[in-house]
Amino acid sequence: MTSNRREFLKIAGASALTLMAPPILCPAWAKEKIISVSEFPNALSPSKALTAKRWAMAVDASKCPAGCVDCIAACHGAHNVPDFGNPKDEVKWIWQEKFAAAFPDESHSYLRESLKQLRLTVLCNQCANPPCVRVCPTKATFQRPDGIVMMDYHRCIGCRLCMAACPYGARSMNYRDPQPFIGKINPDFPTRTKGVVEKCNFCEERLVRGLKPACVQACKEKALVFGDMENPQSEIRLLVGKRFNLRRRANLGTQPQIYYIV
Amino acid sequence: MKKNKWGLIILGLVIFIVGVTFPFWYGKGKTTPAPSLSLDTPVIARLQNKKCVEDTAFMRASHMKLLGTWRDGVVREGNRLHTARDGRIFETSLSGTCLKCHSNKQQFCDRCHNYVGVKPTCFSCHNVPGEVK
Amino acid sequence: MLEKALKGSRGYWIWISFLLAVITIGFYCYLQQLDYGLGVTGMSRDVSWGLYIAQFTFLVGIAASAVMLVLPYYLHDYKAFGKITILGEFLAVSAVIMCVIFIFVDLGQPSRVLNVLLYPAPTSILFWDMIVLSGYLLINIFTGWIVLSCDRKEIPPPRWIKPLIYLSIPWAISIHTVTAFIYAGLPGRSFWLTAIMAPRFLASAFASGPALLIIICLILKRYGRFDAGEKAISTLAKIVAYALAASIFFVLVELFTVFYSGLPEHAQHFRYLFAGLEGHTNLVAWMWTSAVLAFAALGILIIPRIRRKEGWLAVACVAVFVSLWIEKGLGLVVTGFIPSPLEKITEYVPTGTEIAITLGIWAVGFLILTLLYRIFVAVRRDIDGTNDRSVTNGRN
Repeated sequence: MTSNRREFLKIAGASALTLMAPPILCPAWAKEKIISVSEFPNALSPSKALTAKRWAMAVDASKCPAGCVDCIAACHGAHNVPDFGNPKDEVKWIWQEKFAAAFPDESHSYLRESLKQLRLTVLCNQCANPPCVRVCPTKATFQRPDGIVMMDYHRCIGCRLCMAACPYGARSMNYRDPQPFIGKINPDFPTRTKGVVEKCNFCEERLVRGLKPACVQACKEKALVFGDMENPQSEIRLLVGKRFNLRRRANLGTQPQIYYIV
Repeated sequence: MKKNKWGLIILGLVIFIVGVTFPFWYGKGKTTPAPSLSLDTPVIARLQNKKCVEDTAFMRASHMKLLGTWRDGVVREGNRLHTARDGRIFETSLSGTCLKCHSNKQQFCDRCHNYVGVKPTCFSCHNVPGEVK
Repeated sequence: MLEKALKGSRGYWIWISFLLAVITIGFYCYLQQLDYGLGVTGMSRDVSWGLYIAQFTFLVGIAASAVMLVLPYYLHDYKAFGKITILGEFLAVSAVIMCVIFIFVDLGQPSRVLNVLLYPAPTSILFWDMIVLSGYLLINIFTGWIVLSCDRKEIPPPRWIKPLIYLSIPWAISIHTVTAFIYAGLPGRSFWLTAIMAPRFLASAFASGPALLIIICLILKRYGRFDAGEKAISTLAKIVAYALAASIFFVLVELFTVFYSGLPEHAQHFRYLFAGLEGHTNLVAWMWTSAVLAFAALGILIIPRIRRKEGWLAVACVAVFVSLWIEKGLGLVVTGFIPSPLEKITEYVPTGTEIAITLGIWAVGFLILTLLYRIFVAVRRDIDGTNDRSVTNGRN
């Protein structure tokens, strides 16, 4: 009883030493090895991940061959986007529109014919000031620090206020169960369920593995350029600084991050 | 008059007691055996160190919470790494990690879920590799 | 007091049975919608809001209109409204419940509806809409029920009711303003992006709500043996007239701004409504009907001699109600999506299942209204009955 304090200090000191044991036994370098039991060729490795301050994409539609839909097929295939076969229930993340539809304010009847017939690739603009994020009542759609406007399909209640808010028609609602309508399910990406809204996610699941977005990768003509707008040396920044480009409905203040080279 | 009232009251009480104790006496004598889960999958057979992300007791009690944390971590924070209690690091993915080993959903996941009567909605989106339609 | 709703004439029970039948059919159709998804409705990728949200928008106005009875009576001591403020409050209860149900059936994942409370998002107007609607429902349930039960016991209502009633006045304005802000804050929908959206909502609310109240009072006079009083009805009619005039004026102002400035983006929606766009004319007949009804009703209501005649008044009120139902419902919500931001026209036609569910929810609202009004009429009859008896005794 008389050496109580001493005993206590001894035990406390020993306990403090044991707290330091795990970092000593498992040094930091060991943490790099991530156990991946998957047969997925691209195992997750934090050092490979692509990062940016503001992801953006530039589209040079003049490079698109007539009738080519490689980007659309790649995206919809990789992300299990269903094909319901009718425009009412249609779900699409990326598609093509005529110039007059994508840029109603900039088109007129005296434009050169090639521009009038141009098929522009349109997708979610991943706006820097997104109205859809502002209106979501559960923050099921939210903005990441790197600029990507994400969807949390677990939280979405399907109220479709984001669809009303989007000035670009980039969002689709699953009005019925999509699973029977997916051509070939990609097992490495989940499907969605009925009753939630979905849209392009800039392939954030590929970025984290060091891969470019599916559409960018699939384009053989290199018409889609993807990169960090806030990096002055990035390919997209140099391209956008060099060639004249338009953004859709730029006057609305949404600051869209898809730049169309015209 | 009073006799009639008492008759009705007792009848009502009997019906109530029968109804409220229904789960206890219905199926009395029938035993439903606890589910036996099958770990017989190709990937598990190939594993040298047959250890799950966490130990069985933890998983049995808390795998739903773990998956919930993983879900919010991946989707909302972009955090795709989980450090297990023994220090190993895993990718936080239901289909990419858990279901790669436990690819036999009907003989593994469903057996307990059906026994307890829960219907997790995860599988309506997160398809099981091998179960691809 | 609830037991008073269980006593009624044959006609009363036939009406209740009819409502229950409609509710059952609607509920069965809703189960189909839960199973299949919202694809059972006519909504599409382009027109993502349809009949359900249209009804919600219209009914928020009806709910707000209770303030048109409460304000004159409680703030300005307009005694003629004394008997019927409770009618307005019960109408608000029924309308708000319908609003909430309409929002619920419109959700793609209704089992997750509590996410709005679990993960509050103050930047979202829908979040605030949920708060103000729930608050308004509670306020009106409390004020209506407590004042009625105090009337029945012939004691003055508790002191804390007064501040609650005063609160309901700005709160009523707020529910409709917040609902208007859901639309008016969206940068991509040029049809809705106008500051006059909230005033339009309020004007049409104060026309359609009191119009419905007048119709109900006339029905109660004929079948419920309750007389709201000639002064109350005639003042309500004047309120409807002025509100209708303001509502029509606001629409005309919108038409001027849009067509005189010539902005194609804004003008297209109105052109679709009144003339059709590229051959798509689904709503043209509806809108012209609404316009004709509105002007006809205004004509009847403006002339005092005709307004005083109950028959004409009833016709005018029905015309106002239908006209504004078309304008606020189909004419506002669906048109915002036509043409789409990509200048595509996808028209919207509600399906049978959708209509059945809608009618089912209207029936729920009418059922609640019927029950509450039955209680009200029974209580009033008791009060008036005892008053008569005491007068007769006094004379003896």
